[in-house]
Amino acid sequence: MTDNNDAALTFDDIGMIFPDGTETLQNISFPIIKGEFVTVVGPSGCGKSTLLKIASGLLEPTAGTVKVDRDRLGYVFQDATLLPWRNVTQNIELFCELHGMPKDERRELAEAAIELVGLNGFENHYPKSLSGGMKMRASLARTLTLKPPLFLFDEPFGAVDEITREHLNEETQQLFLQEGFAGLFITHSITEAVFMSTKVLVMSARPGNIVAEFDIPFDYPRKPDLRFDAEFARICGEVSKELRGGHS
Amino acid sequence: MNDADASETIKPKTADGRSKIRSAALNIIPPFLFGSLIIGGWYFISYVMLAENRRFLLRPPDKVVTEGFLDWGGTGGMAEMLQSLWSSTKVAGIGLFCAILLGLFLAVLMSQAITVEKALFPFLVTLQAIPILAIVPLISFWWGTGQTSRVVVCIIISLFPIIVNTLFGLQSAERGMHDLFTLHHANRLTRLRKLMFPAALPAMFAGLRISAGLSVIGAIVGDFFFGRGEVGLGQLIKRFASRLQGEELLTSVILSSLLGVSVFLLFTWIQNKAIGKWSDRAGLV
Repeated sequence: MTDNNDAALTFDDIGMIFPDGTETLQNISFPIIKGEFVTVVGPSGCGKSTLLKIASGLLEPTAGTVKVDRDRLGYVFQDATLLPWRNVTQNIELFCELHGMPKDERRELAEAAIELVGLNGFENHYPKSLSGGMKMRASLARTLTLKPPLFLFDEPFGAVDEITREHLNEETQQLFLQEGFAGLFITHSITEAVFMSTKVLVMSARPGNIVAEFDIPFDYPRKPDLRFDAEFARICGEVSKELRGGHS
Repeated sequence: MNDADASETIKPKTADGRSKIRSAALNIIPPFLFGSLIIGGWYFISYVMLAENRRFLLRPPDKVVTEGFLDWGGTGGMAEMLQSLWSSTKVAGIGLFCAILLGLFLAVLMSQAITVEKALFPFLVTLQAIPILAIVPLISFWWGTGQTSRVVVCIIISLFPIIVNTLFGLQSAERGMHDLFTLHHANRLTRLRKLMFPAALPAMFAGLRISAGLSVIGAIVGDFFFGRGEVGLGQLIKRFASRLQGEELLTSVILSSLLGVSVFLLFTWIQNKAIGKWSDRAGLV
């Protein structure tokens, strides 16, 4: 595996066997270099989310090591995980609050993050009155307040409709360019993976390992029309073929 | 990033004049009709089913109003009943307050250590399962027959729903939310204060509303059984029953019920103020 000093995250021969004996991951090794946006696609149950949990320290691998700075790690869950009793601003301030930041400072950061994700005017709304897309924006904004050098995305847009998902893909891509973080993104959607990433990794069925790697050649910022490009379609086809191979 | 799409927001519904009237009518007319049916049935039993010499078994509503509610003076008059009501309210209030403090403390303790939960829970279930009248004699041995014993009865009777509901609420925060706090190195106290406790509020209020009613029952049962010291509604009910004072008996029963309803509504109001903005569980019931 590559030993790179510019790596924001490095998985080195990661294996995971759960206490019930289920082997979920096997020999996973890859780095994420600063400025890279890597997406992992794979069939359900192949261990994609487990990989993110290992990266974040929520789970300890049974084999291998992870190199990552966990002090300011950004983690966006499948669900927006907003606290229902806090309004948008209070939710976005949460991480700064947990890190002991003074009130003025965290309010300033929250306002900037709200501006960045376009939630102006909704600062005092409670999560129950927000749509799925807006909840995800608030969740992104909350993570942005810490200015993390590495973002982990666990199928964040899986629960929203197709059009909202496309919008959120474009917006996340813009944030990636603006904020310059490295990203590890998990998804089931091949189009989403190719549209967002600098690199797509394909995982096999359980026990998951990396069976293919695709460098995505398109320049940023990527326009929505890219999804109708012939080269884009060809790469999606290749990823799909590998995915089906890994599935069988 | 693009501006948030306003069409994505689910705007809170604002009721127009007509739907407000419809909603008010829906809240008033069915209980009014049902109440009328009950009073009609009550009259029917008093005047049609019961012969005059047996009418003391269920005095008609107008007699209850004139001889119970509107008769202020003398022994068993409204003035005495209101004094007893105040005494029972104090006992129920103090008992409920102690039960809330003890219940929250135990629930928090149980939520923090599974061994404590495993150790305490069977005994709490046992305490809850003992009929209160069976331990009232023991309570009178230990604490006498004064106010303290009545408060103890209130605590015992209203403690369980507070503990069970609060514990359920404290354990109800989603796994993902706990993961968030873990990722940001939140300590136990921060997690309790900022996640578990607010998450527990809806369930906690459900328990408090049940316990508030139970506490009133405890105050009246305790007073009924101990039968000494400051006169509460329980002693009055006992006295009116033994003297066959049907109107006064029914009046004190209605006052007891009103006390229960009042504390229930008080806690519903507090609940709506505390969590109404964000919880779907806020509301009248």
